[in-house]
Amino acid sequence: MINNAWLIPAIPFIVFLIITFFSKRFRNFSSCLSIGGMFVSFLASCMVLRELAAGGQKHYEFSLPWFRSGEFQMEVGMLIDPLSSIMLLVVTLVSTMVQLYSRGYLSTEKSIDFSRYYSFISLFTFSMLGLVLANNFVTIFCCWELVGLCSYLLIGFWHHKPSAAAAAKKAFIITRLADAGFLIGILCVGLYAGTFNFLSIEGLIHDGQISPQILTIMAILIFLGAMGKSAQFPFHTWLPDAMEGPSPVSALIHAATMVAAGVYLVARTYTMFDAGPNALLVVGYIGGFTALFAASIGLCQNDIKRILAYSTLSQLGYMMLALGVGGFSACMFHLTTHAFFKALLFLAAGSVIHAMHSNEIWDAGGLRKKMPITAIVFIIGSLAIAGVPPFAGFWSKEEVLMAAYSSGHMPLFIMGEIGALMTAFYMFRICFVVFGGETRKHDAHPHESPWVMTVPMCILAFLAITAGFIDSPWLNHWFRNFVSFGSHHGEGHEGHLVTIISLSAAGLGILGAWLVYGIKVVNLDFVKKTFIYKLLFGKYFFDEIYDTIIVKPFVELTKGSVRFDQVVIDGLVNGVANVTAGCGMLVRRIQTGLVQSYVLTMVVGIIILLVIWMWGA
Amino acid sequence: MDFPILSWMIFIPLIGGMFILCTPKEMEKTIKGLALVFSFIPLVLAGMVYVNFNPKIADLQFVEKMLWIPVFNVHYHVGLDGLSISIFLLTALLTFLSILISCNITKRVKEYFILFLILETGMLGVFVAMDLFLFYIFWEVVLLPMYFLIGVWGGARRRYAAIKFVLYTVIGSLIMLVGILCVYFTSMPHTMDIIELSKTCSFAREFQNLMFFLFFIGFAVKVPIWPFHTWLPDAHVEAPTAASVILAGILLKMGIYGFLRVSFPIFPDAAIYFAYPFAVLGVINIIYGACTAMAQNDLKKMIAYSSISHMGFCLIAMGALTVTGINGAVIQMFTHGAVTGSLFMLVGVIYDRAHTRNIDEFSGLWHRMPIYTGLMTVAVLASLGLPGLAGFIGEFVCLMGTFVSTFAGFKLLAILSTSGVVITAIYLLWMMERVFWRDLNPKWEHLMDIDKRELLAIIPLIIVIILIGVCPKLLVDLMNVSTTQIVHEIMP
Repeated sequence: MINNAWLIPAIPFIVFLIITFFSKRFRNFSSCLSIGGMFVSFLASCMVLRELAAGGQKHYEFSLPWFRSGEFQMEVGMLIDPLSSIMLLVVTLVSTMVQLYSRGYLSTEKSIDFSRYYSFISLFTFSMLGLVLANNFVTIFCCWELVGLCSYLLIGFWHHKPSAAAAAKKAFIITRLADAGFLIGILCVGLYAGTFNFLSIEGLIHDGQISPQILTIMAILIFLGAMGKSAQFPFHTWLPDAMEGPSPVSALIHAATMVAAGVYLVARTYTMFDAGPNALLVVGYIGGFTALFAASIGLCQNDIKRILAYSTLSQLGYMMLALGVGGFSACMFHLTTHAFFKALLFLAAGSVIHAMHSNEIWDAGGLRKKMPITAIVFIIGSLAIAGVPPFAGFWSKEEVLMAAYSSGHMPLFIMGEIGALMTAFYMFRICFVVFGGETRKHDAHPHESPWVMTVPMCILAFLAITAGFIDSPWLNHWFRNFVSFGSHHGEGHEGHLVTIISLSAAGLGILGAWLVYGIKVVNLDFVKKTFIYKLLFGKYFFDEIYDTIIVKPFVELTKGSVRFDQVVIDGLVNGVANVTAGCGMLVRRIQTGLVQSYVLTMVVGIIILLVIWMWGA
Repeated sequence: MDFPILSWMIFIPLIGGMFILCTPKEMEKTIKGLALVFSFIPLVLAGMVYVNFNPKIADLQFVEKMLWIPVFNVHYHVGLDGLSISIFLLTALLTFLSILISCNITKRVKEYFILFLILETGMLGVFVAMDLFLFYIFWEVVLLPMYFLIGVWGGARRRYAAIKFVLYTVIGSLIMLVGILCVYFTSMPHTMDIIELSKTCSFAREFQNLMFFLFFIGFAVKVPIWPFHTWLPDAHVEAPTAASVILAGILLKMGIYGFLRVSFPIFPDAAIYFAYPFAVLGVINIIYGACTAMAQNDLKKMIAYSSISHMGFCLIAMGALTVTGINGAVIQMFTHGAVTGSLFMLVGVIYDRAHTRNIDEFSGLWHRMPIYTGLMTVAVLASLGLPGLAGFIGEFVCLMGTFVSTFAGFKLLAILSTSGVVITAIYLLWMMERVFWRDLNPKWEHLMDIDKRELLAIIPLIIVIILIGVCPKLLVDLMNVSTTQIVHEIMP
């Protein structure tokens, strides 16, 4: 199967073409084709993983020349190694589940929009798989931009909503800003390495052909791109707005796969980060800060999807943190488990929204009775993300924090633990408010979702419970042995202290949520008046700050350049024209065409000349 | 090849013009049919040129050379190489499509198509002429039909725009003519042959600098390089759709092509001497053009300023004097021609229906015109440099070529120019949001989606955009050998 791995991205691409050009009006055909194709891709990914895990070669590379310009040979190619094969599996699995779920979630859409959704999501899956498989910087950049495009198109799926249109544009532009850094990084790679191929560059780095200072610069530029896509601080503002898209889109693109592409990019080019001094430190601290910062905002939001979005930011921060402290396999492990439980949480949130027709958590209440399956899977997801054993998140978060602890970067470890506490709190805040208590909005008639929506949720819930075992001692730490990065051993030291701290953080968070929202021992009206609540509720006012210091001045600048163009440059041009025309008008007065006046002028001229001549004499 | 294919391509449109001249002006259908046929034949011949072109040869191909004016040693010398073939082929394609898109005009049909065919002759001639005298003649042949197209078939301020356009270009080309004469009288033996001048003559450095400057004025007005650009937005806004397409798609490239064909090879030392001013002007073009485009409300004006911005990439890449840079400039010439050509056609489609191009008056057109929106989205994405579409290849190769330049400071210039890529995304997506997204403005309830004839004119360009984006080899392989030779001659 590995030799035919190109089929995995090719299938969704063909599906995209078929739906776009032929089956716009046939909703069942479009969706079944897309889901079926995705499922085949998933099976193929499983086979690739199995063949790779069975041993033999460590990696397989296939490439075709793309074009050649001067000394640069661009290629299009695939690199199949443990890292990419894990990602293949995650992407195809989550995509299949999400596409199945979407059939129910979007059942009220018109056929043409329904097909449009499936064509975009197929295009997205194709680009994402291409990104995962890419063996060089140019190919990965192309796919990188394409997933950005699909994100733009799907955030704006309901294009008639002004808020969705604005959010889509914002997402594209902010990631583009970050991608400019990535692009410069790629140019650096081209100049200093002379090749864009990942393996060739790794070889050059091992041979010491590229100076460490240059490597640091390159790594940080590439990390800029990763920060944009993974919405790390200070590029984080687009992701919460991206929740304007349909919930399954949020689950697939803005939780499980595309936003993790930034993390994947750093992992893919890890040699570069590893060899450039301080590059990893930057990654770690940006990640750690985002993990804490986003979790704190999540504490006070009221929109269920936005809380989950901040939670995604925070979890992506954990992954970056893990990379920064050398926890390569811990990062990938957390990426994998996070993809399952976060996709699950978004699908369950979508199920709630589908039933309630509202995103506000305070509109829902007591849903455990009306929507038992949704309630159960949501709580499973919450337990997983909070890091309660034996759920998947426990194992992966544990490894991340363990890596932070054993690396000796105590500030990062502390940030991670505080973040973990907050995570448990805001997740169970949702659980208690939405599923606990009594119904608040009486005009809504919530009901359990149809099977096409609950089945994918149940499958993901199963994975959210069990996925952690792949790196448990009982399976001989299969995962870390499979994806381990070279000689790195910053991970894997057993420490009960870390486990105890993490478990107490999770426990405290859940307990806190129960006290505040379960049995309501705290007066919330009082809390809402505090400064810190307002600060968190306003998301530290980053949107407003950016608007004031970047957007408005930039708009003024563009207006200024238009004025400059009209007044100064065109003013000069028209000025020259007017002066010329004016001179012409003046001179024209003399050319009257009357012989008498010519004679008169002549006579006057002669007289003047005579006078001058006589004066001189 | 004995068959003078290039001459046929150049003069068939002119012959077509003669035929139309003899057709009574009431027979509008016949006139349109003739125009279509006589612009389609060069397109077919262009296909043959593409098939028979050997990309492995750096020198001219399909050469025709004969003595024309013996007293001045002027030759009729035409030929194609990797530098000119791509834009030459695009000219044949764009002209045919422009004639197709303008089949709905009703005013002075006969004159319109005659002028258009003469315009095609001029443009095709510029890109194959290898004698400065011939080059200059074709250069001027392009000017007048465009003047009339804007001045007669244009919008409300057409006379101002047409005169501005013509004065700017005439002044530029007169200064260039002085340059041509100086070169002729200085060269020993006196010659105007571009190839001989660039291969055998070496002028004194000061003379080169002066000449480079004279030619620079002529070409800079056409590109247009800041601050000689203000004729462009006015001309675009007033010009009829097809004229805008040709103006942005081909005429601007004549400037870039002029630099690459005449200035750089004949004055190589001056090219190095002026590398910095060139690249700095390129960066100004990119950023200034993008910022000014951002604040425009008129769709055509926005795209006009975006052209200024995109041409800046050609300039920095040329200033870098690397093989990849020159490649980038030639690729960008082609891709920008295809992308902006399609953008102007699409704007023409909406203008024909709504009689306005004001962005703020539209809203939610997606609801009424889904196919049109899809095509516009592809064109816009290509313009903002999305990988997989043509625009990306041009910009990426230009930036790469600039970044690897051996001149100090060019890395910084490349980094500055990436901001242009970001700003382009901002104003184009903002435009998309305001025109196509959001709720439908009830005023446009009656708008019809794009029709078959318009589709027929736009789809080929969209196909070219996607094809080059996915398989850039088709384009880049054509030029690689020729550009390598040019760069090696300038920087041995």
